[in-house]
Amino acid sequence: MADERGPVARARLHPVHAFLLAGCVPLFLGALLSDWAYSSTYEIQWTNFASWLLVGALVLAGLALLWALVDLLRADRGWRGRSLIYVLVLLAAWVVGFINALVHAKDAWAKMPEALILSVIVAILVLAACWLGLSTWRSGEVK
Amino acid sequence: MRLVAPLAVVGVATALLSACGNSSSNPNQYGPNPTLPGPHRGLLPTMKIASPAGWGDQRPVVPAGYAITAIATDLKIPRQTLVLPNGDILVAEGRGGGESKLTPKDFVASKLKAQGTSPVKGGNRLTLLRDANGDGVYETRTVFAENLNAPYGLALIGNTLYVADQDALLKFDYRTGQTRASGPPVVVTPLPSAVNHHWTKALTASPDGRFLYVGIGSNSNITERGMNVETDRAMIWQVDAQTGAHRQFATGLRNPTALAIQPVTNQLWAVVNERDEIGPNLVPDYLTQVREGGFYGWPYSYWGQHVDNRVRPQNAAKVASAIVPDYGLGSHVAALGVAFSSAAMGPHFADGVFVGEHGSWNRTPPSGYRVIFVPFTNGRPSGPPIDFVTSFMGKDGKTRGRPVGVTVDPKGALIVADDLSNTIWRVTPVRATAAPPTR
Repeated sequence: MADERGPVARARLHPVHAFLLAGCVPLFLGALLSDWAYSSTYEIQWTNFASWLLVGALVLAGLALLWALVDLLRADRGWRGRSLIYVLVLLAAWVVGFINALVHAKDAWAKMPEALILSVIVAILVLAACWLGLSTWRSGEVK
Repeated sequence: MRLVAPLAVVGVATALLSACGNSSSNPNQYGPNPTLPGPHRGLLPTMKIASPAGWGDQRPVVPAGYAITAIATDLKIPRQTLVLPNGDILVAEGRGGGESKLTPKDFVASKLKAQGTSPVKGGNRLTLLRDANGDGVYETRTVFAENLNAPYGLALIGNTLYVADQDALLKFDYRTGQTRASGPPVVVTPLPSAVNHHWTKALTASPDGRFLYVGIGSNSNITERGMNVETDRAMIWQVDAQTGAHRQFATGLRNPTALAIQPVTNQLWAVVNERDEIGPNLVPDYLTQVREGGFYGWPYSYWGQHVDNRVRPQNAAKVASAIVPDYGLGSHVAALGVAFSSAAMGPHFADGVFVGEHGSWNRTPPSGYRVIFVPFTNGRPSGPPIDFVTSFMGKDGKTRGRPVGVTVDPKGALIVADDLSNTIWRVTPVRATAAPPTR
């Protein structure tokens, strides 16, 4: 499908937006791996790691979400549909991630197995958001 | 119509976050067979931090026939008291703990809980109060010892005063009438102090003066700091007063915050704070006679064989051996003081124990914030508790005081330390034959 505006009118995600989006992926994945380590060893430090990795991931993902919302409002019609899916998936990842952070605040094994299950769901959602986001053209003219 | 969806989301979120509406029920949790619901926790723990307020003209409420006066104010976090043979009162003042914050939750929870306590810095000292002429006014006040490290438990054996700092058991020489320690303390034995989540070290002496019993709290609510830091925690040590050597007298007591020797039987009793965050009505704090060599459940189980699923790895053998405590005090009341009464306290409160309840954070409506009396018959608890000092939390929901240590003065008075208003309260029976009490 040809884009009538030509290559010069298309730009990728802003580098900072891309950094925020991609940056939260290893943090969410780290939380998942830490949860898995805790569930298989009962070693409490792994779940401490998971809690902090989630906080870091939520900060980056939250900023990426704000950026994506602003982009969505400024996007021209042609790209709104695709951007909307990206924003919704990222929003879902953040909301489930936040619930996961609250679950991680339960003491010791009280968080299991919910913490591990939620971490898997969040990891899938954030990978999907990243895929959608990084393959989405940013709208607007490039000077 | 468009508003409906967001409202529904808010509604669901609120339901998820709250403790699902079972918080207002008040099952009977007093005595030997408390009602124990199933464990439950919402997405957020129930938190109700009562905001402090000054006493103003108000006073704690005591039963008819009793009077209460503040015998010392503006202290620096008074916790436990000791009545000396000449009637002088020693007050241990301090605030311990200071564990590192390990998780995001630790940062949030510590900020919230601090709102319910006094902003005053702990005194790390012992203050001596003296009423020389016996008129009920403690006109002399001296600093008996300072530069201590969060002193809490106090005990006197002969001419030796024992003080349990948060990290060591200390001793001072003591002569009757002394108002200031004659020298720095000597360390009897270091006490477990790594992390020190539950930092208070309760103390009492055996009747023959050979041993000291030291209550050492757990290093976590329910092992969320790992099992390694729980070595030598959640137990009562028996320490040889001469040598400082110790052995484990009883274990599995999550936070034994006050100890007392029962008159006549000479048995050791304790009040113990049980675990949080499995519901408003779990787990009842308790008063129990401490059996030598006994295991009381923590962390693996509570109230005997009720397994706590939050602990990994589990330990079925330990659960099977867990002793059921003697007397439930209600969940989250935070019992921090215990003292056996005497005939001098008046006929209705002569046989039993007083228990100081610091008050809850993990419960709505709040519980505790009072001093109760548990009546005894033939050396055993024999009925529901009776309110003895109340209205530390007003009807407006604000807290004016939080009771900690309680001590019975043989002359006929209950001494109550209040670490929120930084006051020592004295409750006395009003004798019909005596002159009207001075207020």
